[in-house]
Amino acid sequence: MADATVLPEGRNVRLRIDSDGWIKRAFMGVIALYLVVALALPLYAMLSKSFVTYSFDLTRYEFQVSDESGAVWGDPVTAAELNDRLGEFAPDDLRSSSDGRLSVTDLFPDFSFRSPVMYRIRGTTDNAPYLVGLDLQNSTDWRELDSNTFRRVNLRPVADTGLQNYQEYFSNPALFSSIENSLYIASISTVLTVLFAFGFAYAINRSCMPLKGAFRLIAMMPILVPSLLPGIALIYMFGNQGFLKPLLFGQSIYGPLGIVIGSVFFTFPHALIIISTALSISDQRQYEAAESLRASKWRTFWTVTIPGARYGLISAAFVTFTLVITDFGLPKVIGGQYNVLAIDIYKQVIGQQNFEMGAVVSVVLLIPAIVAFVIDRQVQKKQVSLLSARSVPYEPKPNRRFDMAMLAWCTIMGIFIAGIIAVCQFAALINYWPYDLSFSLRNYDFNKMDGGGWGAYWNSLELAALTAVIGTAIIFVGAYMVEKIDGFKTGRAAFQFLAMLPMAIPGMVLGLAYIFFFNNPANPLNAIYGTMAILVVSTVTHFYTVGHLTALTALKQIDAEFEPVATSLRQPFWRLFARVTVPVCLPAILDISIYMFVNAMTTVSAVVFLYSTHTALASVAVLNMDDAGDIAPAAAMGMMIFYTNATARVLHAFASRSILRRTQAWRVR
Amino acid sequence: MTNSKSLALGALALVMSSTALWAQTELTVYTAVEAEDLERYAATFNEDHPDIKINWVRDSTGVITAKLLAEKNNPQADVIWGLAATSLLVLKTEDMLEPYAPAGLDALDPKFRDSDNPPSWVGMDAWVAAICYNTVEGEKLGLTAPTSWADLTKPEYAGHVVMPNPASSGTGFLDVSSWLQMMGEEGGWAYMDALHNNIAAYTHSGSKPCKMAAAGETVMGVSFAFRGAKEKANGAPVEIIIPEEGIGWDMEATAIVAGTAKEEAAKTLVDWSITPKAMEMYNVGYAVVGIPGMAKPVEHFPANIPEKMIDNDFEWAANNRSAILEEWSKRYDSKSEPKG
Repeated sequence: MADATVLPEGRNVRLRIDSDGWIKRAFMGVIALYLVVALALPLYAMLSKSFVTYSFDLTRYEFQVSDESGAVWGDPVTAAELNDRLGEFAPDDLRSSSDGRLSVTDLFPDFSFRSPVMYRIRGTTDNAPYLVGLDLQNSTDWRELDSNTFRRVNLRPVADTGLQNYQEYFSNPALFSSIENSLYIASISTVLTVLFAFGFAYAINRSCMPLKGAFRLIAMMPILVPSLLPGIALIYMFGNQGFLKPLLFGQSIYGPLGIVIGSVFFTFPHALIIISTALSISDQRQYEAAESLRASKWRTFWTVTIPGARYGLISAAFVTFTLVITDFGLPKVIGGQYNVLAIDIYKQVIGQQNFEMGAVVSVVLLIPAIVAFVIDRQVQKKQVSLLSARSVPYEPKPNRRFDMAMLAWCTIMGIFIAGIIAVCQFAALINYWPYDLSFSLRNYDFNKMDGGGWGAYWNSLELAALTAVIGTAIIFVGAYMVEKIDGFKTGRAAFQFLAMLPMAIPGMVLGLAYIFFFNNPANPLNAIYGTMAILVVSTVTHFYTVGHLTALTALKQIDAEFEPVATSLRQPFWRLFARVTVPVCLPAILDISIYMFVNAMTTVSAVVFLYSTHTALASVAVLNMDDAGDIAPAAAMGMMIFYTNATARVLHAFASRSILRRTQAWRVR
Repeated sequence: MTNSKSLALGALALVMSSTALWAQTELTVYTAVEAEDLERYAATFNEDHPDIKINWVRDSTGVITAKLLAEKNNPQADVIWGLAATSLLVLKTEDMLEPYAPAGLDALDPKFRDSDNPPSWVGMDAWVAAICYNTVEGEKLGLTAPTSWADLTKPEYAGHVVMPNPASSGTGFLDVSSWLQMMGEEGGWAYMDALHNNIAAYTHSGSKPCKMAAAGETVMGVSFAFRGAKEKANGAPVEIIIPEEGIGWDMEATAIVAGTAKEEAAKTLVDWSITPKAMEMYNVGYAVVGIPGMAKPVEHFPANIPEKMIDNDFEWAANNRSAILEEWSKRYDSKSEPKG
């Protein structure tokens, strides 16, 4: 019999979780809870907002009309019955937005505001809002009005849920064309940025050109300024009064051209870091093999170099694409009439207070970002290590012509980047461009301008410092728990997913989601709305992913044996964490904190919806000053951010060096 | 207890009681008043009421209105001081304003108050539409300055006119609603169709067109007179032109936010906001203020502003706002691709 051969099912073997394990799980739970509250719930609130629709419900209102004497009343009749009889409003006409109005006199063909006929209106349910003039009424009691007042009666829409907002969005050609524009801009900028950055990275890693260090520094400069600063510089260079305007041959800088140039500027360092890392890892032996097979330089490039760097190139492309499509500062400053998704959100929310439509555009904006993100993750999974223990690092050989060409290319990019920064500084010091070119510090008198004045600058410093300290602590501890916990697979996978999610969330979407979620009186966390705390939470969350990945990379370098050894020596995990893990990972921790600091100084998109009276920020001030037309002061404030970040970077470099010397001696053999 | 100790304790008690006596009420005031005026407004108010401290939340009209609406279920503001009446009308239809008849209400021009009794809001000063014209750039191009709205559609101005986008700027909406009121629905849209051909850009802020004209980025910007006067004072070669057909206008107004916990202080502020002293304060930058006959001429402002102000129907504008904006974006927003 077959049954006899089957062994009885064994006991499920499970590792007993020690107290350390429980503490670690608790820690991870707390940080996961943070991510749920700061990310998942607000996004859910926003998603549900996009399904809130407004329409006029005619069954909720009842009318009575008198005769000419004003004393004898006809039978009550609902608005719906009147409409059925007249066919005045098609169902489509009854769809509306939160600010909609429907004039009731359209339901009375004989209506004349001069007639002595009297009208009565009432709601048939509790929620039947209507306006008399501008007074909101909502009652089931009859209200009697003369005809002259009755013509000032407007019905208000009531909220419901449904897909109506999405239908409306996709049937509105103006809004729909923004999708096309956004994709167009993002694709072109991505191709250009990746090409340029590849050339630059190639020069730095594969040539023997001089001044590599200086070029590296210059290439990193755009990361230190808000994304709208290049827009301001481009206006000074190529605007109608720009000193380089003839170079455009009559093209206007306002529009796609300006957005693309500015996007290349601010995404360049992001792409460069990724591509440069990919190019720096290569095996000399492959090139030697190609050479001995007599492959031409050109062929070697296409069969060895490009395949080796392809994952880096794909990653860089997606990062650039996401950055451009979600950026909002640049199109606002230099986009002219060119509508993109990020601007639509701003127009819907700020211009028309149509939060529901703003939420819909946010959801639409999420799609390309998430698609790009998912593809990138898939590609990353396929990445295999190119370096094995036997690899020989690639050593570039001097080649005068090639090195000079590379130097020329880097010089062009260097002039482009440094030039834009220099133009901003120059603009900030001019009294009144272009009519009074005298030198002046007038533009630094921020207290006389929009945007919060010098206070905004100090607030930004506070935000950046808090974000750097708190954010780094949360991110590193979270990464440690995920990496060094045993078992608990599902929990770890869920946490990992939450930690990767912020990368795909545009800042504006996050900011809008925070309004919906935190400014709800039913929310116990409502108290942080309008404080510095919500700015810190949103910034930490917005930039969580890159910090998390950095921490994971550093933690993976630590041998997994440390934990078992510590356990067998009966040392609690926190002692190991404090004595070994943190000191070993200090370089990564410093990197995370400077990343958080710099981004907190420059970010606009998430915080633009969240700052308040005491928490105006420098980066938002740049936006607001430009918005009001104070371009030179905006440039001045942008440069303050640049110098602050540059200083922070220098301090970071010094700190890293001295800390490395003290704690990383073990790395030196 | 030693003597010195009790002395110190006594001093401490004294300090504590005196701070209690001088305890300030803090009011959160939402405003769209120009940033450079805020300090002066608060200081002048504190001359009469040192016990009330104003915490400003300042932003452009659209942002403040969006903020107020977003916070509808949980208002953060106590008072709104200096926001466009058009925006306050939106808030009124949402039942967000506390009706209150401030002392001295009778002195106000009836145009400068909500017609209900008690009024939900009271006006401070008016800001009027105007064209900022850069004379230097105009001369370079051989153009003559416009004198009317109709002039703006002249073919030689093509690409030299900038106006605010009504979907994102209150000034832009004021222009559009005034054209529709002056020229009628059909005439108004026909006018804007013609104007659209000349527009170089629709900006997101109402003061930007004038600043662009002042900086020579464009020749003429449809903006408001206040901004033009400021630019002129800064040395920009701009003329402020009041079109002869008449000009749209809006007022800055004050209201108490319904449900504020600091009603007494809020009422004190609203009372003060329509005193002659406050009107003098507004008059520094604005040529038309809420109490008739009080305004003195303001430097760089054209003198004929009051008679050119149209009979603005705010209720009509507020009740038709979303329909107008929808029509506007349908007509002009989708055409926004650059001309190749």
